[in-house]
Amino acid sequence: MSAPAAEPVGPYVIAWLVLLLLLGVSVASAYLPIGAWHPVMSFGIAATQAAIVFLIFMRLRGRPSLKWVFAGAGFFWLFLLFAMSAVDYFTRSGYPLRP
Amino acid sequence: MSTSAADLGSYIGSENTLSSWLLTRDHKRIALLFFASITVFFFVGGFAATLIRLHLVNPAGTLLQKEVYNRVFTMHGIVMVWFFLIPSIPATLGNFLLPLMIGARDLAFPRLNLFSWYLFNASGLLALYFLLVGGVDTGWTFYTPYSTLFANGHVIPAVVAVFINGFSTIATALNFVVTTHKLRAPGMTWFRLPLFVWAIYATSIIMLLATPVLAMTLALVALERLAGLGIFDPRLGGDPLLFQHMFWFYSHPAVYIMILPAMGVVSEIITCFARRPVFGYQGMCFALVAIAVIGFFVWGHHMFTTGISLTSAVVFSLMSFIVAVPSAIKVFNWTATLHNARIHFEAPMLYALGFIGLFTLGGLTGLVLATLSSDIHLQDTYFVVAHFHFIMVGGTVTAYFGGLHYWWPKITGRHYPEMWGRAAAILMFAGFSVTFFPQFIVGYLGMPRRYYTYPAEWQIWNVLSSAGASILALGYLLPLGYLPWSLCYGRRAEANPWGATGLEWQTASPPPTHNFEHTPRVTRGPYGYDPRDGSFVAQNGASRG
Amino acid sequence: MASAQLQVQYTDLRQQSETAQLGMWVFIATEVLFFGSLIWAYVVYRTAYPLQFRLAGHDSVILLGSINQVILLTSSLTMVLAIRAARAQRQRQLLDLLLLTALLGVAFLGVKGYEYSLDAASHAVPVLDFLFKPGYRPPAEMFWTFYFIATGLHALHLTIGIVLVLILAARAARGAFSRGYDAPLEVIGLYWSFVDTVWLFLFACIYPLGRSLS
Repeated sequence: MSAPAAEPVGPYVIAWLVLLLLLGVSVASAYLPIGAWHPVMSFGIAATQAAIVFLIFMRLRGRPSLKWVFAGAGFFWLFLLFAMSAVDYFTRSGYPLRP
Repeated sequence: MSTSAADLGSYIGSENTLSSWLLTRDHKRIALLFFASITVFFFVGGFAATLIRLHLVNPAGTLLQKEVYNRVFTMHGIVMVWFFLIPSIPATLGNFLLPLMIGARDLAFPRLNLFSWYLFNASGLLALYFLLVGGVDTGWTFYTPYSTLFANGHVIPAVVAVFINGFSTIATALNFVVTTHKLRAPGMTWFRLPLFVWAIYATSIIMLLATPVLAMTLALVALERLAGLGIFDPRLGGDPLLFQHMFWFYSHPAVYIMILPAMGVVSEIITCFARRPVFGYQGMCFALVAIAVIGFFVWGHHMFTTGISLTSAVVFSLMSFIVAVPSAIKVFNWTATLHNARIHFEAPMLYALGFIGLFTLGGLTGLVLATLSSDIHLQDTYFVVAHFHFIMVGGTVTAYFGGLHYWWPKITGRHYPEMWGRAAAILMFAGFSVTFFPQFIVGYLGMPRRYYTYPAEWQIWNVLSSAGASILALGYLLPLGYLPWSLCYGRRAEANPWGATGLEWQTASPPPTHNFEHTPRVTRGPYGYDPRDGSFVAQNGASRG
Repeated sequence: MASAQLQVQYTDLRQQSETAQLGMWVFIATEVLFFGSLIWAYVVYRTAYPLQFRLAGHDSVILLGSINQVILLTSSLTMVLAIRAARAQRQRQLLDLLLLTALLGVAFLGVKGYEYSLDAASHAVPVLDFLFKPGYRPPAEMFWTFYFIATGLHALHLTIGIVLVLILAARAARGAFSRGYDAPLEVIGLYWSFVDTVWLFLFACIYPLGRSLS
């Protein structure tokens, strides 16, 4: 009885290379004079990297399933926390806070 | 205590060494372990409540010194919220019944279940430690900057205890959610699940999504206090309101953690004792989920008077009105279920009826508080105190006792004495009403909460409230007597003494260790009661005319 | 121990394994909210004090942060390759990859420790030894408070992960995963990759700040 064939290693290595590439882009863009776009770049790249880790390394790819719901639920609920307290912070007269 | 063949084969009688209980993986035994722990904490919190009510009989507030008074009401809040109410129905009835109701032999992760109990006790012992060595006076809400910069009590052990308790909550909730998804018996589709399972599931979702935020919030408080970090300190750029946003993001959903399981219990009791399927089953399921979800959008209503923007206050007020709608739907559906039904008034039904009345009044007063203009006056008065006690005590504790009585024969194999059960239910309802209704009045008149003295003109209301508390206490003490009595002398119970339809009633009382002789096959939805003659068809097809 | 014991509430090992994975995803959701709420507090303050956070963030050691991200991403790769090896029943490769994963985790901690020593030397530790450089006001210290809390909690989670991976390696060495049973590997693999994901977001919070001239 022979062992099952190993799944292809390609997708994992490619994902890893893409992740490293994105790290490089994130670091490089930090030195560019893009002003208010800095947080968009750094968090956008982090989110993209996270998506790759979730889909490839954590094997979420394939049909959307219950795992997708739980994987996404944490982020969605976090977004709720951000959004609803942001309503307060951005409409408060004392914001930015004064130390 | 006499034994029988039935007892020896059950989960209780099968093995009786200490380690077989303390190292058990059986969800039913773990439920009993939790029951023992939370009963202890209930009476600790109740002792604090007794001190408060005795103290408030006198407007000059001479029984306790003011610093002691502050520590007593803080202890009452912390113990009752985290060590009684939040685990109460889920960790006892939920643990016991969830696998039985879905036709499973245990939860998905039995060792995690046991670990949850040990975490709970560890956190509880730590909490008791800080109480014995002097307590905390911040209120159960730990508001900054008082808790981080100025309070001189044991804030850090208190928040660490609650933090550890949070792990226990998350472990239990994770178990329940995964079990409901993966271990349902063949034929048990989502819309055939009993409403108690839906309620426990919705509660568990809230626990999982809210508790981690509390954990981080408390960790930051502890670190700020320990290391002098300026996270919530205005002098260092911090915002004390950020603490409140983070704290209430958890603590408002926490109150839905406390009420949803109670609603599940009430649905089970009402259908059985009115001998009718619940009105609008799918509506009830959606209402549970809607309450759980919308409950995350309303937390700012605890902060109307703290300095948040008017825009966000309006948003939170609107959401608070919206969350009342699914709760009201549930009350209407229970009422419709009872309409023209042949109601049997055993003790569980008395508790369920009491729940509907008290919860409705409590909920309506919540709308008064959600109204921005009236909240300006009522915030931090006894009106708020009365509102949440109507929900948590008049609601959750009533339902907890109702469920305890309803499933007592299943859990123990014995009947409680019916007349004593009814007497306790009536005493609790009467005692509760006399205790807390006057608090609406005196709060509306302006009496602030968390004060150790008050103007003499309000004494009558406080004396009335304290007198009611003594009746309520008697109501709680009665089951402490007759329930243990019934273990030895109560009439033995058959498998399905109430003639109910759930899978838990299709196995012996008490159940065998692995719940069912054969895995049940579910052929129909819950509540297959025939209102014309009280006959029923159980979920596995077994019927009784 | 050769293979898993089927627990009585499950019908087969596959159901048991899938359930364990679902359980880990649920746990990961709670961790997203745990770290996420800390990041939220950070975002509130960064939006309130953009200049102070840029000034303070400039002093973070981006080289070491980047090296650590490379280390962790590589460890996620080795972990998933270990699971691949287990499925193909290549025991030697499985053990080697697990040990390599743990080693990379330890390397991360080593680099982090070195980075902490550099931070301390430049007086960036709040309360104990914080030096207000020119232009600093109190919120700059707030950045460093978050830095230490966030990276400290992350390091704690990583340490737990290293211990778990080493336990798996010990079991693998005794042949526990030699007959197609790989549920614990999958579950710990998910945890490991999640700890890696947290670092991706912490990196974005800490290191790119204040590097450009604008």
